[in-house]
Amino acid sequence: MDWKRFGFIALIIIVLFSVVVMIGQAKQPPLLIVTSMLATTIAVATPLTLGALSGVFCERAGVVNIGIEGMMLTAAFFGWLGGIYMFHIFQLPPSVSIVLGVFFAILTGALMALLHAVLSITFKVDQIIGGTVINILAVGLTGFLNRQLFFGSTSVFEGSVPSSPGVLPTVHIPITELFASICNSSAACLQNVQAINRVFDQKPIAMGAILLVFLSHYILFNTRWGLRTRAVGEHPQAADTVGINVIFMRYANVLIGGMFAGLAGAYFTIESVPSFEPLLTNGRGFISLAAMIFGNWTPIGAWAASLVFGASQAMLINMQIFRDVIPPAWSFLQESYIVGLTPYILTMFILTGIIGRTTPPAADGIPYEK
Amino acid sequence: MQTEKQSISLTKKILQAISDASLIPFLAILTAVVLGGIIIYFVGGNPLLAYRGLLEGAFGSTKALSETAVWATPYIFAGLAVALAFKGGLFNIGAEGQLAVGAVFSALIGYALPEWLGFDLPTIIHLPLAILVGMLMGGLWAGIVGWLKAYTGGHEVINTIMMNYIALNTTSFLLNGIMKDRSPTNVIARTPLIAESARMPAIFDGLRVHWGFILALLVAFFIWWLLNKTTLGFEIRTVGLNPDAAQYAGINVKRTIILTMALSGMLAGLAGSIEVTGLNYRHELGFSIGYGYDAIAIALLGKSHPLGIVLAAFLFAAMRNGASRMQFLTQLPVDLISMIQALILLFVAADAIIRYIYRIKAKGERVVLTRGWGG
Repeated sequence: MDWKRFGFIALIIIVLFSVVVMIGQAKQPPLLIVTSMLATTIAVATPLTLGALSGVFCERAGVVNIGIEGMMLTAAFFGWLGGIYMFHIFQLPPSVSIVLGVFFAILTGALMALLHAVLSITFKVDQIIGGTVINILAVGLTGFLNRQLFFGSTSVFEGSVPSSPGVLPTVHIPITELFASICNSSAACLQNVQAINRVFDQKPIAMGAILLVFLSHYILFNTRWGLRTRAVGEHPQAADTVGINVIFMRYANVLIGGMFAGLAGAYFTIESVPSFEPLLTNGRGFISLAAMIFGNWTPIGAWAASLVFGASQAMLINMQIFRDVIPPAWSFLQESYIVGLTPYILTMFILTGIIGRTTPPAADGIPYEK
Repeated sequence: MQTEKQSISLTKKILQAISDASLIPFLAILTAVVLGGIIIYFVGGNPLLAYRGLLEGAFGSTKALSETAVWATPYIFAGLAVALAFKGGLFNIGAEGQLAVGAVFSALIGYALPEWLGFDLPTIIHLPLAILVGMLMGGLWAGIVGWLKAYTGGHEVINTIMMNYIALNTTSFLLNGIMKDRSPTNVIARTPLIAESARMPAIFDGLRVHWGFILALLVAFFIWWLLNKTTLGFEIRTVGLNPDAAQYAGINVKRTIILTMALSGMLAGLAGSIEVTGLNYRHELGFSIGYGYDAIAIALLGKSHPLGIVLAAFLFAAMRNGASRMQFLTQLPVDLISMIQALILLFVAADAIIRYIYRIKAKGERVVLTRGWGG
């Protein structure tokens, strides 16, 4: 990642935030708007960040993964379904069911990734076609099971979708409490600290995603595993010559990538809202691929790019709150369909390479032949 | 004598080629059907009854056959769209969006043009115009992606998907706003009905199959001719096989990429136009969803050959059309069809699995369908 690209990311985020502050200041103080935008940005960027990390691991090992979308969708479904089964059929407490649901989602992601690995590594199928197969299979599988398991004639739930055990709780970081003494019980100061505190009150997967960004960076660039991963993605023949098991490294990293995509799926149905609907991932798997490309196949770069998309989505959400104070000249901002175009147009713009071209791993997408 | 011998050996060769080309797809379908049967059994259905319902629903009567042809029409166009792009080394996942754009503009010309002009148009002008505009807008929609690919290197896979979402959002905006059907009972995001003069007639009285179906077959033949008998087709295929060699041979690679993508989008746009002018007489939000992925499956199953695509489109159409009869007989959800289609696609795309199961040796060279981020 070079400074030009980080600068571009910062610029876009600042512009998006400024628009919201400009319109919303009629209703709320700017600090409150900025912090709530930041909090939303971090939260909604979570599946994009995890999806991009999934892509980074697969592609650093030389396997193009266009099936992230499908992996997320399947994981979102099975994580949610697993939670419901644990809660209703096995009568486990809600908290345990939720945690097991996350586990199921990760497992589902890994299983879908295993299919991708078998197709692209063992059977040497064109990797973009293989990923598309994963995506189509995910739509068919989740659509069918969603209908059959709840509304089918043999359904144990007898034609209704049972209540989910709920969503993961927000983890409160006690910044307000820590700074309360410094504020000297000044009400304005306390209010500001509370506003800032909102940024850090995130849910577990959102927080975990940020930790995973830095962990992934460390693993990829500072450990033997990372060196080997990058070696099989850049020059598998050379890696093989020095005794690295190319097939094993590729399988392992695609599976790790699948787990990331699975966790991203869990975000949708276990952290964000406790329900599933067909096609709920809505292209975010593909946007995370664009984030990965713009981040030049590095975890931190991909995270930064994900935040841009998160910010554009946060703008859409906050625009709904400030609907009634949008000045007439800016009335197009009332149209959620038009504001909703931002991430997609941004993706296409970024892919033009105007902000600087990025280089994929040299052996990305090429099956290894001895 | 000599010529007779030659013609016999030629017939033999053609038959051999057809059986070689259709063996893997046939085995893929067979495997998917067997696996689908196992899934049906495990979710508590009767596989034989389900497949009987599917066949009856698709081919059981004249009406069923007509409906299968109605389903097959957009599949043929969309399948050709993806296949043409494959031939040019491009992967068009955006048929869905191009189809929606084509449909919206055909509907617009269909219902609004007489109002704008202030007089009614004869069918012979209005109908072709509605179809043409839809087709060209589909081509433009995909052409943008082609231009981005040729001049900036932005990968068409991500860009066509982004264009799908942009198309979906924009049509939502239009169909909920200025293009919404204003009749007082309407609550759905859809356009008004198109004028009588922009509607395609049915082929037979009492059946829904319309002339768009015949047009689809003609276009399939035209694409075969274009790809195999014209300079442009040669250029498309050469760029698809090896852009560097094409450049060296003096082919304008950038122009060919844009043209391929635009032609592909025109075919997908046609799918939308024909659905509007021949079948629904309006565009309704969300009707395009799913066509993009089905089109990819059909193109792969048909091995990107126009004849193969017509056959694959019929298979998919038969499954969609027969699904409701299957649901009636077995109470299995219609979504089961998507599941079986996904399995067919899996085995067609991963023909190595089929070769492995049935112990068939690979022949010839590996065909390059897509390229990674770099190229």
